[in-house]
Amino acid sequence: MKKALRVAAVGATLALSGLSLVACSSGSGGGNPAAQSGNDTGPITYVQGKDTSGNIPKLAAMWNADHPKEKVTVKQQSDNADQQLQDLTQHLQQKLSDYDVMSTDVVWTAQLAAKGWLQPLTGNYKLDLSGYLPSVVKSGQYVGTQYAAPSVTDSQLLYYRKDLLGSNPVPTTFAEMMKLCPIAKKAGIDCYAGQFAKYEGLTVNFNEVVTSNGGTVVDDKGKPTLDTPQAEAGLQELVDAFKDGNIPKAAVSYQEQQGLNSFEQGKLMFLNNWPYMVADIANSAQAKDIRSKYGIAGYPGKSAVGGHNLAINAYSKHKKTALDFIKFMESADVQKNRVEKESVAPTLSSLYSDTSFTDQYPYLVPLKKSLDSAVARPITPYYNGVTQAIQNNIFQALQTASTGGSVDVKSVLSATSKAIEAASSGS
Amino acid sequence: MTALAAPPKSPPPKLAGRESAEANRRRVTRVAYALLAPTIIVMLIIVAYPIVQSVIQSFNSDASGIDPKTGLFRAGGFVGLQNYTNWLFQQCQIGGVTQACPPGSPQAGFYNSVFVTFFFAIVTVALETVFGIWMAFIMNRNFRGRGILRAAVLVPWAIPTAVTAKLWYFIFDPSGVLNTVLNINVLWLSDLWASRFAIIIADTWKTTPFMALLILAGLQLIPEETYEAARMDGSSAVQTFFRITLPLLKPALVVAILFRTLDALRMYDLPAILTGGGGGGGQGTQTLSILVVKQIQQSNDSASALSTITFLLIFAVAFLFIRLLGANLTGNERKARRVAKEA
Repeated sequence: MKKALRVAAVGATLALSGLSLVACSSGSGGGNPAAQSGNDTGPITYVQGKDTSGNIPKLAAMWNADHPKEKVTVKQQSDNADQQLQDLTQHLQQKLSDYDVMSTDVVWTAQLAAKGWLQPLTGNYKLDLSGYLPSVVKSGQYVGTQYAAPSVTDSQLLYYRKDLLGSNPVPTTFAEMMKLCPIAKKAGIDCYAGQFAKYEGLTVNFNEVVTSNGGTVVDDKGKPTLDTPQAEAGLQELVDAFKDGNIPKAAVSYQEQQGLNSFEQGKLMFLNNWPYMVADIANSAQAKDIRSKYGIAGYPGKSAVGGHNLAINAYSKHKKTALDFIKFMESADVQKNRVEKESVAPTLSSLYSDTSFTDQYPYLVPLKKSLDSAVARPITPYYNGVTQAIQNNIFQALQTASTGGSVDVKSVLSATSKAIEAASSGS
Repeated sequence: MTALAAPPKSPPPKLAGRESAEANRRRVTRVAYALLAPTIIVMLIIVAYPIVQSVIQSFNSDASGIDPKTGLFRAGGFVGLQNYTNWLFQQCQIGGVTQACPPGSPQAGFYNSVFVTFFFAIVTVALETVFGIWMAFIMNRNFRGRGILRAAVLVPWAIPTAVTAKLWYFIFDPSGVLNTVLNINVLWLSDLWASRFAIIIADTWKTTPFMALLILAGLQLIPEETYEAARMDGSSAVQTFFRITLPLLKPALVVAILFRTLDALRMYDLPAILTGGGGGGGQGTQTLSILVVKQIQQSNDSASALSTITFLLIFAVAFLFIRLLGANLTGNERKARRVAKEA
């Protein structure tokens, strides 16, 4: 009998948890947990993706030593961005208060905020963000409200071969770079690559060519703005480069790693990639031949903004502590520490102008250049659908161009616009 | 539970006769149901509940748009069959108007995914059947080292699919093993048909052993005397195969093919890791399951409708299989014997 009871109990628990799941998934919005006063202190949990550097627990220990009554527990998610978002969504959908401070990818701000899951950083929660990089501060905003605070950022850099470039100036636009491609051809290597496989990296690279030509992908309201000469010029640059072979055919399968391999093996003259590659070139065996021959510069145009912000769970029970912890994570000392230990890009402007600091980390100089003009990817609560719409259409166009087919950029962009609109209708 | 604890009864007195036997049977049935009840309840909760929930969700919409002032989602509601018609007729609601989906939206890729899924299922199962029979015949022979061979054949099946996929990923890499050894330059992971065949090759390599084992089990059930009789009658090898082996193998073969077909129709892991559903214009190897998972990130409810459609498709195939080929899965002995006799 005991056994049967136990089974029944398990069954009942399962049924109840199942039911509560339904209750939550059916009701979005509902109530306004964000409207609480900001005096709640107590232990909190900080959640972020996998910390490969091992530095975050040390920072948490620093905080805990000073705040014995408001200790922070670090929870690490997987290293896959989709899984991180899924984990956050599942917790927030159930209105759980177990995550207090969340590290959110810059493209998640809108979708989490639109569900009412993030505490607006207004009123009692207002932070002074004047000293932080404007493009990053903007990535934490949605419909004019600050929902997430800058933590670490990222922007792409141009890695180039100094030895091949010779006395030519480092290109500052895509067109200038293409003009230098005959040098690569003569040397028998590929000229330029970025991330053109069908994944988030393609959205990043597409966003960059459009904004570098003065266009935008979507407007403030999330409506597509791709039917413009600027956007056409941007996509045309990529299509032509694929057609001419300035971007190698194989680049349609390039994510960060493949481009990095090609560059480190000396088969590529220009590469658009994130700052982490500096450390990789310094340590990787395959990079030994180019280690002394490469240089870094700001992205030739306007880079996309990457990185993570910090947001407070709207259902958190200790929001005051959460806010204080965010202030701690944003402080100059912690940011410096993270540059040192994790090679991240800081968000505090003053660190980039501190020459005693940038002398130790020279990549910060071109990075600042990229960040100054960097533009956020589309800010929309339907981000997943929008990025899929972009990837599906643009990938097909680039793939066609890479195999020598003809591409009408105007019709590609108009199809992309429609697909973005369809995705933004929530279907 | 008391029934279980009760001491075994002495054989019932002959006088009690029919009535007592009937009562006894009923009591046993009752106990059986009582004992099965917890299992059935748990199964209902963990199997039936999610399916029903998913079907309910598929008739709803997550959100009906954004409140322009606050930027918050407005709660959705019941939308009837809209999620289904969106997929089947490739429609989208753009700005509140139902219209044909633009290229690049998930709905526009539905029939492509149906084609890819069935193409993979048909080609891989056909190849696996042929190779499986061949391997089973070899394993069925008596020779030295048969045990080692049987174990070796099983290796691809024993490797987790994720590992298989990564393994083949290195083989199919543009500068990988295959291109280097054959001295060719095929983009196995991004070209439309090359990527499809890459998946077919990897899947066939991985699951043929499963097929071979099921067929081997069937082969071993065929009595040796049948072959002796055939030889006596002067049947050639080809005749023996088509007139004796294949018909007697049919029950085992049909079950094996059915299992593999259902498995292939819900293929996800191999293409997801090997090509990410890409190839050609970017959707060359996007099976229905991959489309479902992509859609979950955009809209749970629409994804529920798609998974229900996928479920119904697979169910229909299974149903047709059992009807047309007489696969015996329900343990209907008499029917099985009849099928065997017909064969």
